[in-house]
Amino acid sequence: MVLNNIEKLLERYENGETSIKEEQVLKNYFSSDTVAPHLEMYKPMFNYFLVNQQEQFTKDIPLNTKRKFNYKWISVAAVTVLMVGLYFGKSFNNDLGTYSESEKELAYNEVVKSLEMISGHFNKGTSTVAYLNEVEKGTSALGYLNEVNKGTSTLGYLNEIDNSTGIIFKN
Amino acid sequence: MTQSEFLNIVMPFKDKVFRLAKRLLVSTEEAEDATQEVLLKLWNNKAKIAEYKNVEAFSMTMTKNFCFDKLKSKQAQNLKIVHSNYEDKQTTLQKQVELNDSVNWVAKIIEDLPEQQKMIIQLRDIEEYDFDEIAKMLDMNNTAVRVNLSRARKTIREKLTNTHNYGIK
Repeated sequence: MVLNNIEKLLERYENGETSIKEEQVLKNYFSSDTVAPHLEMYKPMFNYFLVNQQEQFTKDIPLNTKRKFNYKWISVAAVTVLMVGLYFGKSFNNDLGTYSESEKELAYNEVVKSLEMISGHFNKGTSTVAYLNEVEKGTSALGYLNEVNKGTSTLGYLNEIDNSTGIIFKN
Repeated sequence: MTQSEFLNIVMPFKDKVFRLAKRLLVSTEEAEDATQEVLLKLWNNKAKIAEYKNVEAFSMTMTKNFCFDKLKSKQAQNLKIVHSNYEDKQTTLQKQVELNDSVNWVAKIIEDLPEQQKMIIQLRDIEEYDFDEIAKMLDMNNTAVRVNLSRARKTIREKLTNTHNYGIK
């Protein structure tokens, strides 16, 4: 009776007329151990379907929520800064033209005065620096002392040699 | 839409996407890449997900198209799809027995089917979608799906019967 039913189902299955529930019945039947010998060849087919249902996707999905920074806006900002800078730079230059002649002369004189003061102080400074030259001469003389030091250190080695030869001869 | 909301939508059918990709592309690695690609495309267009009537069917169609594109580009490059799932036949007796297992025969038979029938078998017999859904996914009509399914099932049965009776009749 059951077998008869299965055979009917199989026929409809091959014609693509079975519903999903009926196919489930077939799958269950063929995964059991009591399959009729003349239907044995269907077994691997349904088993294969069941095995394949288990296969899973194990790779993880890299979902980045960080939004990419838009570099376009940097250039926009740079351009606006440039424009603002150009605008204000020009307006300051134009202001110079509004001073009167007497004011200009006054400003010039002030600048000359302060520059003279700076140069006077500077000269004083350089005269004190002249002493440094003397010091330099002194250090060059010290250079000779270094040479002498080297000589004495080599003499030290000679003493060592003397000592060692003395020990050898004693023996 | 947050990541977890997206994952809740995607998780139930990501395996189905993967299996369909594997059915078409054969190699596991290729199928993994394809699945990743499809899911990332979904993620990048997550604002539109609410507009889709059926996200699952939509992604299955996407997968199908993506795999076809892949296959086409491989053919254009004159490269065969190399599947690295090769089993080392020399290893153990156990493996050899497994390879000769008739379940593997089914895999080979399905691999030889035309692409359309492959997909229909995959969607119907493995993923258990109903005919209307399959018709929508594959952009076919209902009867065409049935006809192709019936052909595929008959081919598999015939070839299986041949191998089953090999040497007996």
